[in-house]
Amino acid sequence: MPRLPPTVRAGVRASLPLLVGIVPFGLVAGVAAIDAGLSPVAALGMSVVVFAGASQLAVIELLRSDAAVPVVVLTGIVINLRMLMYSASIAPYFQRYRSRWKAVLAYLLTDQAYAVSIARFESGTESGGDDEGDDAEADGGGSEGGAGRDRFYFGVAASLWVVWVVSTAVGVGLGRGLPDSWGLDFAVPLVFLALLVPRIEDGPTAAAGGIAGLVALAGVGIPYELGLPLAAVVGVGVGLAVEEVRD
Amino acid sequence: MTGVVAQTSYGPVGVWTAIVAVGIATFCIRLSFIYLFGRIDTVPPRVTRALRYVPAAVLAALVVPSVVTIEPTAVETLTADRVIAGGLAAVVAWYTEDVTATIVVGLVALWVVRFAVPV
Repeated sequence: MPRLPPTVRAGVRASLPLLVGIVPFGLVAGVAAIDAGLSPVAALGMSVVVFAGASQLAVIELLRSDAAVPVVVLTGIVINLRMLMYSASIAPYFQRYRSRWKAVLAYLLTDQAYAVSIARFESGTESGGDDEGDDAEADGGGSEGGAGRDRFYFGVAASLWVVWVVSTAVGVGLGRGLPDSWGLDFAVPLVFLALLVPRIEDGPTAAAGGIAGLVALAGVGIPYELGLPLAAVVGVGVGLAVEEVRD
Repeated sequence: MTGVVAQTSYGPVGVWTAIVAVGIATFCIRLSFIYLFGRIDTVPPRVTRALRYVPAAVLAALVVPSVVTIEPTAVETLTADRVIAGGLAAVVAWYTEDVTATIVVGLVALWVVRFAVPV
């Protein structure tokens, strides 16, 4: 990547350790989609159009079990609501860019791109001197020399995008050749489990997760998979209630 | 989800409706504050509080029914291959916080229980 601007290159470098975690996740997304009966084009299209792993897997699992389309869509959306917080938190740093470029940056927003970029923006360690032609003022971040923030972020986020789409494509290829008895569909709940465990941070989050899990289990027979949104709402309510009681 | 791998009965229209709807909404969520900055700067505190519980609740609601199947007895429920494999994977997730390690341990445990342990 010798032709990339230095700040973009720094972003790509910063993304490398994350890619190790993205590849198996993307493979699972591809395998699971094929397994659930989606066409290869839809399986890959989902990675491009949605570009959010956990919600893609939820959509795949719910389509597999023939949940009602509104339930599929709402669940996929609710899982991505956390990105509201990323968008709000990173917005000051993207304030001065054009709308169209903002849209590109927003499309690429993921947990990982957010985490890596915000850590760098807030510590103010951007390598300023590399980027000519950027005015360093009018930054909401408070630190000076925010030039090239978008390029760093773009370097991180775009390499995650490429690896995500490519590993989904590989998963789509694999998904057509693997025997069902291997239970590879079990990889999907395992991914959810790996994402869930770090979210159990304290009493209220444990209560939210525990109750939601039990309600979902009790609601397995409910038509259209309506037990899932019900469990999520009850879980969030219980989390808030426990927080209230403890304060 | 009892080990038999089901396939969706939705055709391309249903599948793409879901994909496009989730995609557009997710893009709007991502763009929201980046686009509106200056007019609305922060997420209301009450929304932030509720959002903190969304991942735990939604992910648990997805995980539990695909790992646990209620069997006639508690012993049968707790010794099902997926429950054992899922329990081990949860321990790995707790200590490593690593998606790859969790998937590998969970799948290998499932195969060991399913194919190697005589019932």
